[in-house]
Amino acid sequence: MLDSNKDSLKLEAMKRIVAMIARGKNASDLFPAVVKNVACKNIEVKKLVYVYLVRYAEEQQDLALLSISTFQRGLKDPNQLIRASALRVLSSIRVPIIVPIMMLAIKEAASDMSPYVRKTAAHAIPKLYSLDSDQKDQLIEVIEKLLADKTTLVAGSVVMAFEEVCPERIDLIHKNYRKLCNLLIDVEEWGQVVIINMLTRYARTQFLSPNQNESLLEESAEKAFYGSEEEDTKDAKAEAASLAKRKPYVMDPDHRLLLRNTKPLLQSRNAAVVMAVAQLYFHLAPKAEVGVIAKALVRLLRSHSEVQYVVLQNVATMSIKRRGMFEPYLKSFYIRSTDPTQIKILKLEVLTNLANETNISTILREFQTYIRSMDKDFVAATIQAIGRCATNIGKVRDTCLNGLVQLLSNRDELVVAESVVVIKKLLQMQPAQHSEIIKHMAKLTDNIQVPMARASILWLIGEYCEHVPKIAPDVLRKMAKSFTNEEDIVKLQVINLAAKLYLTNSKQSKLLTQYVLNLAKYDQNYDIRDRARFIRQLIVPTEKSGALNKYAKKLFLAQKPAPILESSFKDRDHFQLGSLSHLLNAKAVGYQELPDWPDEAPDPSVRNVEVPEWTKCTSREKRKEKVEKPFYSDSEGESGPTESADSEPESDSEESGSSSSSGTSSSSSEEEEEEDEEEEEEGSGEQSEDKEGEEEEEKRKKRKEKGGPRKASPGSMGSEEEEEAEGKKVKKAAGPQGKKGHAESSSEEASASESSSSGSDSGTEAPTVVEAKRRKMIPSSKAGPKEISLLDLDDFTPPPPQPVPSSSIISTSLVTDLEGLTLSDTSLAPALLSPAFGAVRTYELLHRMAGEGLSVEYCFSRRPFPGDPHMVAVQIQISNNTDAEVKSLRVSEPKLLAGMRIQEFPEIESLAPGDTASMVMGIDFCDSTQAANFQLCTHTRHFYVSIQPPVGELMAPVFMSENEFRKEQGKLTGMSEITEKLTLPEKCRSDHAIVQQVTSAANVGRVPCGSDNEYRFAAKTVTSGSLVLITLERREGAAAQLTINSEKMVIGTMLVKDIIQALAQ
Amino acid sequence: MWRLVALRVAGGWSFVILEVPSNPGRSVIPVWRSVPCAPCWWDVPCGAVRRSPNGSRAVWCRSVRHHQRASPRPIGLGWPRVAPLERSLRKLAPWVAFLPCDGAVMIHSLFLINASGDIFLEKHWKSVVSRSVCDYFFEAQERASEAENVPPVISTPHHYLLSVYRHKIFFVAVIQTEVPPLFVIEFLHRVVDTFQDYFGVCSEVMIKDNVVVVYEVLEEMLDNGFPLATESNILKELIKPPTILRTVVNTITGSTNVGDQLPTGQLSVVPWRRTGVKYTNNEAYFDVIEEIDAIIDKSGSTITAEIQGVIDACVKLTGMPDLTLSFMNPRLLDDVSFHPCVRFKRWESERILSFIPPDGNFRLLSYHVSAQNLVAIPVYVKHNINFRDSSSLGRFEITVGPKQTMGKTIEGVMVTSQMPKGVLNMSLTPSQGTHIFDPVTKLLTWDVGKINPQKLPSLKGSMNLQAGTSKPDENPTINLQFKIQQLAISGLKVNRLDMYGEKYKPFKGIKYMTKAGKFQVRT
Repeated sequence: MLDSNKDSLKLEAMKRIVAMIARGKNASDLFPAVVKNVACKNIEVKKLVYVYLVRYAEEQQDLALLSISTFQRGLKDPNQLIRASALRVLSSIRVPIIVPIMMLAIKEAASDMSPYVRKTAAHAIPKLYSLDSDQKDQLIEVIEKLLADKTTLVAGSVVMAFEEVCPERIDLIHKNYRKLCNLLIDVEEWGQVVIINMLTRYARTQFLSPNQNESLLEESAEKAFYGSEEEDTKDAKAEAASLAKRKPYVMDPDHRLLLRNTKPLLQSRNAAVVMAVAQLYFHLAPKAEVGVIAKALVRLLRSHSEVQYVVLQNVATMSIKRRGMFEPYLKSFYIRSTDPTQIKILKLEVLTNLANETNISTILREFQTYIRSMDKDFVAATIQAIGRCATNIGKVRDTCLNGLVQLLSNRDELVVAESVVVIKKLLQMQPAQHSEIIKHMAKLTDNIQVPMARASILWLIGEYCEHVPKIAPDVLRKMAKSFTNEEDIVKLQVINLAAKLYLTNSKQSKLLTQYVLNLAKYDQNYDIRDRARFIRQLIVPTEKSGALNKYAKKLFLAQKPAPILESSFKDRDHFQLGSLSHLLNAKAVGYQELPDWPDEAPDPSVRNVEVPEWTKCTSREKRKEKVEKPFYSDSEGESGPTESADSEPESDSEESGSSSSSGTSSSSSEEEEEEDEEEEEEGSGEQSEDKEGEEEEEKRKKRKEKGGPRKASPGSMGSEEEEEAEGKKVKKAAGPQGKKGHAESSSEEASASESSSSGSDSGTEAPTVVEAKRRKMIPSSKAGPKEISLLDLDDFTPPPPQPVPSSSIISTSLVTDLEGLTLSDTSLAPALLSPAFGAVRTYELLHRMAGEGLSVEYCFSRRPFPGDPHMVAVQIQISNNTDAEVKSLRVSEPKLLAGMRIQEFPEIESLAPGDTASMVMGIDFCDSTQAANFQLCTHTRHFYVSIQPPVGELMAPVFMSENEFRKEQGKLTGMSEITEKLTLPEKCRSDHAIVQQVTSAANVGRVPCGSDNEYRFAAKTVTSGSLVLITLERREGAAAQLTINSEKMVIGTMLVKDIIQALAQ
Repeated sequence: MWRLVALRVAGGWSFVILEVPSNPGRSVIPVWRSVPCAPCWWDVPCGAVRRSPNGSRAVWCRSVRHHQRASPRPIGLGWPRVAPLERSLRKLAPWVAFLPCDGAVMIHSLFLINASGDIFLEKHWKSVVSRSVCDYFFEAQERASEAENVPPVISTPHHYLLSVYRHKIFFVAVIQTEVPPLFVIEFLHRVVDTFQDYFGVCSEVMIKDNVVVVYEVLEEMLDNGFPLATESNILKELIKPPTILRTVVNTITGSTNVGDQLPTGQLSVVPWRRTGVKYTNNEAYFDVIEEIDAIIDKSGSTITAEIQGVIDACVKLTGMPDLTLSFMNPRLLDDVSFHPCVRFKRWESERILSFIPPDGNFRLLSYHVSAQNLVAIPVYVKHNINFRDSSSLGRFEITVGPKQTMGKTIEGVMVTSQMPKGVLNMSLTPSQGTHIFDPVTKLLTWDVGKINPQKLPSLKGSMNLQAGTSKPDENPTINLQFKIQQLAISGLKVNRLDMYGEKYKPFKGIKYMTKAGKFQVRT
């Protein structure tokens, strides 16, 4: 049938073959016939052939090679799914000869356009590796490349490949750590598990233990210092924890980032993800925070019994270490009669671990119900559990003992036997009081047949024969009678009992002992014969064995330590929780041990994604960005996973910023900053005071800024910690004015002085516009000194002359007027407008200090870049503040993300001292706000710099008529429409002000509009030329609604934020 | 293919020997000869592969302790086969653990085993693992009295078997290396869910009938043992589920089950939703279903009770709708877990569920109502069960009645009870409904139906006990099932459902239901 021309017949044949394979029948004879069909057009036949090939290629290597060319063709197919499936099958064929072909294919696919193909490439890596581990080095290169990928689709798979191929190359992770943390929530669930497990190991090697200094005593005020600095980084929670513990430990912000970003995943529907987060918290989180996982784990107990089984195993381990965590959920571990036995026993284990003085009575009551269960294995386990409770909690020992003694009259022999064994252990702790029980048990020897129980009773009587002097010889007599019929373990105990009695009460038992020993001498079991011989020599005095004889009594009746009843889950936590090894309590193949915390944290700066220069300027601007983060994250949440991936660099870079500002010591850039401060030669006290005021001011401003949008979308917090911190502030802001001021200043005081001393504030340079405004807002009481210090700061970089023609307000209103005139559809075709007006903001590229006298600033001139219309023109202003000439200034080694391009400015031959040069360079940002990193070289030095565009600069204004605008807007609805409500502040209600603010926030052109209270703007993104339409509709009073239509949703959301912020100012 | 023969040695040594690819099983590398001299061997960097001059022999070494060079050499020269090598090694160095392992794959193979112990389907993602692995599983199955008691994780000398038991089928995954067990178990459950989604029921017959589709689905779900596509929306686009109509059409026209159009979902912004969905009736239904888990004491007092709820949705909407669902009293929800489509941040801040739904049926949310809220128990059971010591007769009497039902009727009441082994037979008369007692499994089932508050249903009669044996020391536990329509017992109420992003007006419906979960009455 396979040779048939008809696809349907072929299909039928293939189906039969696959069914054969499924049943485990050998179908390898058909290989030649099947492999012919690999080029078949019919997709289903093809798929089935693939299934067959993957299964049998290994056995028929030569023939399998025939199919390779088909896949190679498939790899070039324009359809990404065909490319992916070709790669999948190609890499699944385990034929060593094609290793080079596979390698090539993987390499190619790793830089494929489609993330789906890249994901397949990541999957193929471990396949190739297991085929030929010689390729490791090359594969690592591919992994490194894929790790840098920013799409969520790839992340999980590549980390899986990393774990398979080179888990020891932890250095590959550094650069991607923050990205992975931030992407985590959007990665598909299986990838999440792998990433979390990998990050757990990573964190164990890179961060300090959060619980290391628990025992440290109260620290001086100096230590509190760090705590409040943490507040700066919005780690209120960590701060509280660290203050509570009064220790100098500061959690690495990256460590915090990991904890914060994994926490929402506890809400995942996938049990494996929840477990992975739980183990991460258990292994990495400070003790105070581990509790959050309990609830999620308890939730998993509702799931399938297999899931329950695994979760309970882990809970059992955790409950030993951190009992408090699960105590509130005690009742969730109560046992139902319908649970499978293995679940029951695990639950029992957890209940026992959780027992303490307060809840023991309820637990014991539960246990009583369990004892009557029909499931006898379970009953036995319950009895043991009672025994453990009794040993652990002294208070209830007697109650337990009494309960167990009552069980001795149980009808079920197994129950009785189990109780006897447990009672024996309990009695050993305090034998004196319980001779009654021992007597009672002695009577049981007549009935109980279970050997272990009999042996236990005998041992007890022997051990405490002094307490029961009358009964003991009698028991021995009975046992001697039945000796031959006993089990080995009982026989040994009989000998033991005999020996002990001989020593204590030789009068009555001498003959009996002799008799027993004689019986034992001819026993079948050599252990028993040995024992008998040994004991006879020891206790029966002869001439030869005098020496030991004296000590016989001491030997036999020595005080024996009571056994400790322990959980079998004790010490299991040295295996990583949630792992197979933990479950089996044995190392599984391929298990990687969880490394111990390092004594000293490795250099945290390795994780900084940006070049050092970048992280250095912890400017106010950036800090503002940090405050803005909630908005970003909100939009991420709203606009789906890939976008958040796109807007990644924001939070990424921001994190790096925060890390350098809070990481207290290590990063070199900070040291430099401190030097800066020294150079300022100002009384530090005075200065700090200034800054305090300034910072307070700034924060207040931020609060104001936030007030509006926050109400509109209070859901914007990135995480709980942040939420807390923010929440506090909002509350304060809302509170009565006076109180607010007071509370603020007192709380901020500390942090402000802190930050000044750590120098995070010193090297800052804010956009001049902002600066000016800030100056206006400075309260008069502090105006004097503040002015000076601010001016000092400003002196570092004198505001450069505006390179752009200072387009004034008049000109724009003219433009808009003109626009208003052309209402007809036959207007000028949508064309790029010349740069709009507005105060152009300048940003710092290189600070004077960092640049060793060379300072560089840049601004977006908003003119079309002459060479290439897809590039954003960046005006660069270089001033030489050194006293020597700077030669051959140029841009080199741009490190750009895929797709980004840079047009360098021509090399500057030389720049005289005091001179300033202005250049224009073009950067194609690919419509993303990713920073462009490059080096600025002089003849002596290289400076790492990066330019990050505000989203508003990524577009160029477009001129269109109202009708066109409407038409375009109609096309861009749904997902590509973003609407936000806002409140316009007093200043911003005039037409003029609104237009000005919007155009300053983004490079857009105004579109004429019929109605009074609507403003429209249009622009095109520079790279892709997609339209961005902005509509601002004023409602009654201060309310307004902002709508942005753009197919670039990321740009849209970011733009919304920027404009709202601009309007709220 | 290199077969790894890993030697894990006690004192921190570990070696891995690689088998020659061309003729597996035959020529194994003489470890000591393949490298020039011993010191070099120690210096082989971790993970490196050394080839001996003839090109077919290789050594890989891992985590060698350099400072312990003087340690014993466990391996001799030139071994012709694996087995003798293994044997000799055992003799030379009994402390060596000898474990073969074949690369690192997450899920190596999958076996489907039915209740009678037949392997009726097997699928291998890497090299073939012999069926004989399952013998270990059967052993464990024998040891466990009931199917549920088979341990989910079984360790065998060379493999680990992870299994789930659903629909009377064991799904046994074979793995070789460390992997989070929940990962595999959760995946297996997902496989079962997918089958159920595809075929309506997941039974042995169904799987056998659709073995090709099953195979195709499995092929898509796992790539090299790592989950690839598990969203059933995507899978359905890749491989169309079989319907009677399509089967007929297929046989006539020869068209296929495989989707002609390649899916876009995996590649789009929302991986769980396919693009280009079109419906003429746009509908969105949400079922709020709450289950009461409770243990009731002998005396009728509640020992533990909690409410677990889910919101199952059936959304058939055109295009890319963006929905928000808000509750009147979201505070009730103590612990929630979401479908990946739900925007977590929005929930955190506003307690609003905002999501772009997958197409069709899915579970939007499952929640737990906080333990602080007292749980209203809607039914009570009066029972009088006792066994007399002397005679072989016992009395049995149960009455079921409504308690706190908020005015709703209790329907679908079903009482089951596992009687002790000593009970031979029961002669009972119900006031309503039907009852069955299975003398083999000793399971009593009483299908009550609706509860009429005026005339409470009861079941009375006597039990015949085995003569001569003493009375059972435990009274049976009573398991209860019931349903209450149009009521969420926790008081949870959906406030409103809004749709953004699309122009049409969808039809929206919300249904509430309360059910008994694991509701037990101890007697």
